[in-house]
Amino acid sequence: MVDITPADGIPPAEVAEVELYHPHSWWTKYVFSQDAKVIAIQYSATATGIGLVALVLSWLMRLQLGFPGTFDFITPEAYYQFITMHGMIMVIYLLTALFLGGFGNYLIPLMVGARDMVFPYVNMLSYWIYLLAVLVLVSSFFAPGGPTGAGWTLYPPQAIMSGTPGGQDWGIILMLSSLILFIIGFTMGGLNYVVTVLQGRTRGMTMMRLPLTVWGIFTATVMALLAFPALFVACVMMLLDRALGTSFFMPAISEMGEQLQHNGGSPILFQHLFWFFGHPEVYIVALPAFGIVSDLISTHARKNIFGYRMMVWAIVGIGALSFVVWAHHMYVSGMDPYFGFFFATTTLIIAVPTAIKVYNWVLTLWRGDIHLTIPMLFALAFIVTFVNGGLTGLFLGNVVVDVPLSDTMFVVAHFHMVMGVAPILVVFGAIYHWYPKVTGRMLDEMLGRFHFWVTFLGAYLIFFPMHYLGLMGVPRRYAELTDMTIMTESAHHLNSFISIMAFIVGFAQMVFLFNLIWSIRHGREAGGNPWRATTLEWQTPHTPPTHGNFGKDLPIVYRWAYDYSVPGAKEDFIPQNMPGSFGPSREPA
Amino acid sequence: MAETLTQIGKTEPRPSGWQGIAADWSSDQRAFKNVSWGKAMMWIFLLSDTFIFGCFLLSYMTARMSTRVPWPNPSEVFALRIGGSDIPLILIAIMTFVLISSSGTMAMAVNFGYRRDRRKTAILMLLTAALGATFVGMQAFEWTKLITEGVRPWGNPWGAAQFGSSFFMITGFHGTHVTIGVIFLIIVARKVWRGDFDTGRRGFFTSRTGRYENVEIMGLYWHFVDLVWVFIFAFFYLW
Repeated sequence: MVDITPADGIPPAEVAEVELYHPHSWWTKYVFSQDAKVIAIQYSATATGIGLVALVLSWLMRLQLGFPGTFDFITPEAYYQFITMHGMIMVIYLLTALFLGGFGNYLIPLMVGARDMVFPYVNMLSYWIYLLAVLVLVSSFFAPGGPTGAGWTLYPPQAIMSGTPGGQDWGIILMLSSLILFIIGFTMGGLNYVVTVLQGRTRGMTMMRLPLTVWGIFTATVMALLAFPALFVACVMMLLDRALGTSFFMPAISEMGEQLQHNGGSPILFQHLFWFFGHPEVYIVALPAFGIVSDLISTHARKNIFGYRMMVWAIVGIGALSFVVWAHHMYVSGMDPYFGFFFATTTLIIAVPTAIKVYNWVLTLWRGDIHLTIPMLFALAFIVTFVNGGLTGLFLGNVVVDVPLSDTMFVVAHFHMVMGVAPILVVFGAIYHWYPKVTGRMLDEMLGRFHFWVTFLGAYLIFFPMHYLGLMGVPRRYAELTDMTIMTESAHHLNSFISIMAFIVGFAQMVFLFNLIWSIRHGREAGGNPWRATTLEWQTPHTPPTHGNFGKDLPIVYRWAYDYSVPGAKEDFIPQNMPGSFGPSREPA
Repeated sequence: MAETLTQIGKTEPRPSGWQGIAADWSSDQRAFKNVSWGKAMMWIFLLSDTFIFGCFLLSYMTARMSTRVPWPNPSEVFALRIGGSDIPLILIAIMTFVLISSSGTMAMAVNFGYRRDRRKTAILMLLTAALGATFVGMQAFEWTKLITEGVRPWGNPWGAAQFGSSFFMITGFHGTHVTIGVIFLIIVARKVWRGDFDTGRRGFFTSRTGRYENVEIMGLYWHFVDLVWVFIFAFFYLW
């Protein structure tokens, strides 16, 4: 039963404990599990698996670009298929699934002091539908005609025409079906995350005491629930265009001298729908990263996060603003100049809350007791990378600067820095940070440092030169750059160099995977709270936490998540569930 | 001073008005006091679903406003020939009446559910389901009529091809919602009839016990589907 004894001004429990589902067999414990922690690991493993496919695809693309003509099997068609699947997998099936399905499932219930998500059965369905979506996606590699080569934005009319790989075969159908499944599965999980944060917190855990990790994942999930519908609708309509011959997105068009049946549709409508989803999607990936990195920095610098409230409102503000900037992806699609002016303005306004976050991370580090642990290294790398990628975003947000840079390697470099490398650095940092809680053992330090330096420096060696190539005018999505006369000879060498670096960075990820598997058995024993952190997930009676997370009684929260180095306290951290007063806390009143 | 009902019997006074909202959001445990997990989840789901229907309708309106060929006149297309004269929109009017009535029976079912009147609740829910099924049946009739007249997703005899595609897509998606609602109404009605919410019998899939509130949550979904129909009616048929 719930403990209803009042404690130190903490209100009594409002919700009776819900009895958890108790697994009866190996199958219901580890496979069809309703435990959010198991679902989190299932999500993460599946996302990593499909992410590896996308990594290999990026190698194949770089082989072709860096050493054109050397590899016969990479035809232009295959190249487009690689580029499409690489983009779609990385953005949706890896990053979105990993941040929300993986970290969300593991961390939300533990951090808010809940025993599980509010509806574990629906949560379980969420994973299995996600897995189905991944399988449908993978099946397109083996379908006649191969996967779609429409580019990850799937722009019609080319996406469903015979000139595009998979356009008149199975590729595009499987891609759209997989996305529809993904959205259905995600909605089931997403509803759980939102309701758990809003209605499932423990006693004493107010919204303004939530760790920023939870704020980031929560806001991103709300955004996803509002943005994915646009993609859902776009997918349904394009599926109808392709399968039934409707003309939602298809104008009157002729192909190989033959007039197609379509008439009167609007390709621009698809772009609006796609980017109404697509731009929030950038922040669906970025906001969890913002949240997690705040916690990593605070914990490993032994200092409270600077400006907690500002950080929360910045997250919420970025989330809201990101719904009114979508058309900045469409400056070259043709639009009313006033429209472009509006979207350029809103886009640049986003720089304000984002800059607040960057300043606050730096001010958190200022005079902190910085431990250069591996999570901290990744967090620092994130700040630098995010600033770099964000600044080029200001270039591209301006209509006049965007028009010449659009569809060049500059854009590729920009979004890989800001929503590829930056969030993935946080993913790595977060894995090094929470792996001890998930497995009870530390990841190997030597391998970890090797992984960090090769990944961090390597990513810069890949993407920095790309900015330069882009400024030179080298276009993106070209399968071959051999006769590109606008490229000087040294630029061609630079291009080959990028490819070699891509392989080296990819190799470092194999080392990381080895480390993940090896350390499960051979890592150093971690204990319950190796980083001496304050948040609730480190205060569980068992490591890894057992079913139900918190033993007999749920924890009661007496303070915010950032009581590090409080003057007068015995230790340099005070767990959130520790009662009593220890000195001047910086918790906002 | 409103009071917060807690599930474990204690009540707490809370300020009213805007101060109450601020107090709730800055409190611990729950942001929406008195709102159960299931109800909160349904509301948020409906918000997300609103965006889906919103995108469908906006896309349809874009197609209708930007088409350069005439849009078929809904009053003529959806007219039925009864007793020798064409009555415009008569079938749609009946369908709308049926669906709105089903919202009424649903609301009554919720009322009787909270009074623990199992019999009346179950009967009213089944009546709601029957009205819903009637709606879907009439929709099937309408589809058949249009298809025999030559309307296809890719074209129709009267004008813009997007007429047929939007019609089948939007009413089909809405009809799917009604059908799912009918299925769940029957499932929940069976639970009510059997007394699951009194005996604490556990769900087959979720192994959770249910409460009479489930009837209300079911009702939220049903009213939402009706409300969406009103918008489809206004934007597709009356425009």
